[in-house]
Amino acid sequence: MLLPQDLTALWITLKLASISTVILIVLCVPLAWWLAHTRSRAKTLVEAMVTLPLVLPPTVIGFYLLLLLGPHGFVGGFLERIGVGHLAFSFSGLVIGSMIYSLPFVVQPLQNAFASTGTRVLEAAATLRARPVDRFLTVSLPLARRGFLTASVLSFAHTLGEFGVIIMLGGNIPGRTQVASVAIYNHVESMNFAAAHNLALVLVVMSFSMLLAVYVINRRFKVVGVAS
Amino acid sequence: MLKTRTFFAAVALLVALPAWAAEVKVAVAANFYGTLQKLAPLYQEASGNTLVLSSGSSGALYTQIVNGAPFDVFLSADAARPERLEEEGLTLKDTRFIYAYGVPVLWSVREGVVDAEAQVLESDDFRHVAIADPKLAPYGVAAQEIMTVRGVFESLDEAGKIVRGQSIGQTYSQIASGAADMGFVALAQVTDENGEIPGSHWIPPADEYSPIAQAGVALKRADDAEAAEHFLEWLQGSEARAVIKAAGYGFDD
Amino acid sequence: MTIAARFYVDRGAFVLDVDVQLPSRGVTALFGKSGSGKTTILRCMAGLEQPDKGHVVFNGEVWQDAERFVPPHQRRIGYVFQEASLFPHLTARGNLRYGWKRTPLAERRIDEDEIVALLDIEPLLGRYPDQLSGGERQRVALGRAMLTSPSLLLLDEPLSALDRERKREILPYLERLRDELAMPMLYVSHSHDEVIRLADHLVLIEDGRVQANGPLAEVLVRTDLSLSADAEASVMIEAEIVEHDEQWHLSRLVFSGGELWVPRSEYAPGHSVRVRVHARDVSLTLEKASGTSINNLIHATVTSVVELEAPTHALVRLDANGTSLLARITRRSSHLLGLEPGRTVWAQIKSMALLD
Repeated sequence: MLLPQDLTALWITLKLASISTVILIVLCVPLAWWLAHTRSRAKTLVEAMVTLPLVLPPTVIGFYLLLLLGPHGFVGGFLERIGVGHLAFSFSGLVIGSMIYSLPFVVQPLQNAFASTGTRVLEAAATLRARPVDRFLTVSLPLARRGFLTASVLSFAHTLGEFGVIIMLGGNIPGRTQVASVAIYNHVESMNFAAAHNLALVLVVMSFSMLLAVYVINRRFKVVGVAS
Repeated sequence: MLKTRTFFAAVALLVALPAWAAEVKVAVAANFYGTLQKLAPLYQEASGNTLVLSSGSSGALYTQIVNGAPFDVFLSADAARPERLEEEGLTLKDTRFIYAYGVPVLWSVREGVVDAEAQVLESDDFRHVAIADPKLAPYGVAAQEIMTVRGVFESLDEAGKIVRGQSIGQTYSQIASGAADMGFVALAQVTDENGEIPGSHWIPPADEYSPIAQAGVALKRADDAEAAEHFLEWLQGSEARAVIKAAGYGFDD
Repeated sequence: MTIAARFYVDRGAFVLDVDVQLPSRGVTALFGKSGSGKTTILRCMAGLEQPDKGHVVFNGEVWQDAERFVPPHQRRIGYVFQEASLFPHLTARGNLRYGWKRTPLAERRIDEDEIVALLDIEPLLGRYPDQLSGGERQRVALGRAMLTSPSLLLLDEPLSALDRERKREILPYLERLRDELAMPMLYVSHSHDEVIRLADHLVLIEDGRVQANGPLAEVLVRTDLSLSADAEASVMIEAEIVEHDEQWHLSRLVFSGGELWVPRSEYAPGHSVRVRVHARDVSLTLEKASGTSINNLIHATVTSVVELEAPTHALVRLDANGTSLLARITRRSSHLLGLEPGRTVWAQIKSMALLD
């Protein structure tokens, strides 16, 4: 049903979505935690910066990332000099692009989850001899479970459909940076509608079942409110 | 009294303007966009009509036209799409013609990268070569043909060194920004005001690729059919052709 | 064995400045109106808040001084909040064991079965906090705090979020903790009833400052404090049950100043109880009244008479053979009766609260 290069494109898409989601979650937990608990004046500034990817057109993000990560850019040039090589037109570059693109979708649910837990339960845990990391792992994290779920799903789904950033930054290299969304677009462009329909259908069915499974599982866990 | 006089003066002025100061909406392939921008003021002076330009990949423009985009004229990068439109009955009779032949060029924004024999293609000295996606743009087809003739297309593709742009315009910016070490674009895109080409380049011999016949056609949807046809006729004239040639295109004759 | 604490907190409109020595045995009540600073003191004691300047030494152990600050999880305290604040993602049992798991084996003096029995929370163990009532949650919270085998239990108005029924339900458990486990407690409250029932020692806090600090019964009768001047002014009498009168459903109590008849108590003769007597329920006669409906007539001597802020009233402090009483009467009556220190009178107690 699917052309071999479309299967590859699908695989690249899934890889991209999973890897960028996982890394993003790990990196954003401390940031979201800080935002939820800090009283620093820098908070509003940081929140605005985190939300920025939401309002910038994806092609703009992609373009500037291309410049930044390419051989003459600040990051890319540095990587060239130390022998690692620049990141334009590479899968790693796409991961970075996806992470920036999905950043607000991960930080905000996590931040809300941490904030809604409140400080009271954490104080209680402290009086029960729990050290700071312990409190975080045994109280904050479990109570933020919903936030983690939302953040992961949003980031993953968002990346599945990502187009503008990847178009600029990816270079559409089959097997490396050619993702399903671009492949569908190309099929439409070259009037290969059958292929476009098939790939789109698979993508939709896959995403939908993933989302469904995630919400069903979430239901099974005790719905945790913040009881007094 | 003063008021009436002003009123009549205004009416006289309005009447004196050319009766058909029309607007021609042109959908133009990315590679020809720059050249068309140079042609537009010349045409406007000659005819009094204004040109409104929309640039994009021929594929995107074709799809838009098929779906009812309000263009008057379509200048494609290939011959196939205008032909297809004609078959589908979306064009004005007898307006399809070839307005230029595209010349591909292997180009790098840096000097010393592309040598006179394009041996750089066979070397390992570059990370990426950018082309327009062959599925979407005839310049991409030409690029693929040239690289195949040289026996490097498959190996480069497998090595992941071929970057495909959505349009020749995007390909150009990928090379111009230095992100891609070099790539295949239209000669017209890299030729500057003085007819010179910055960086380093190589013009492939014509026998290494199928001719890039770029055809144009007037569309049935044109608001002003007369103006559209008028423009296409002018495009075939000597004044226009001189500019087109200087820009880096070829002609059959 | 004491707790020495000094705190200075400046929050602009509110300044807390206290320097106290408290007993580290028994129940010490931190008593005052809302906003007086009592919760702040408790939180500083726990290490949940850091004062601008602070100094805490508990039984010789320095918890805070100019150089050091020991965080809450390293102080061997238990803390009970106003709202139980149980962990919503754990069952009652999970909550109970949270602190217990983190208490080293060598320090565990109190065990789970003991606490579960003491607080009657056996049937609740498998439930989640949102399946428990307010009173049940608070009991679990108490148990949870106790299971870390703390050296000091801090309670921040643990009953004020509960209705009267629940309060009555839980107070006995607090008494049990005090009596059966000998757990030292610092109890913050603005409720006279709770304090008079539970506390051994009373610290009166007003506007961020300590107004009084001493044994409960003594502080209650001090006429120089606002405590005795307000409408809730009372004394606490410790009495022993001598017998029950089944015919009239009353119990007879005996204390140093005489005997009292109260509504029948649940406890057996020989048991000690606390009785609260409101100053406004005490009236005075020069001669012992006869043919009166009031059962409790105590012979006493006037110690002092103090004019209250309300222009109509005065507060009379009496001594009934070692037990102090307070009577709130009109100045007119005081004048007419010629009340002055040394005068013997009869105190008529119209009603009293038997705190059980």
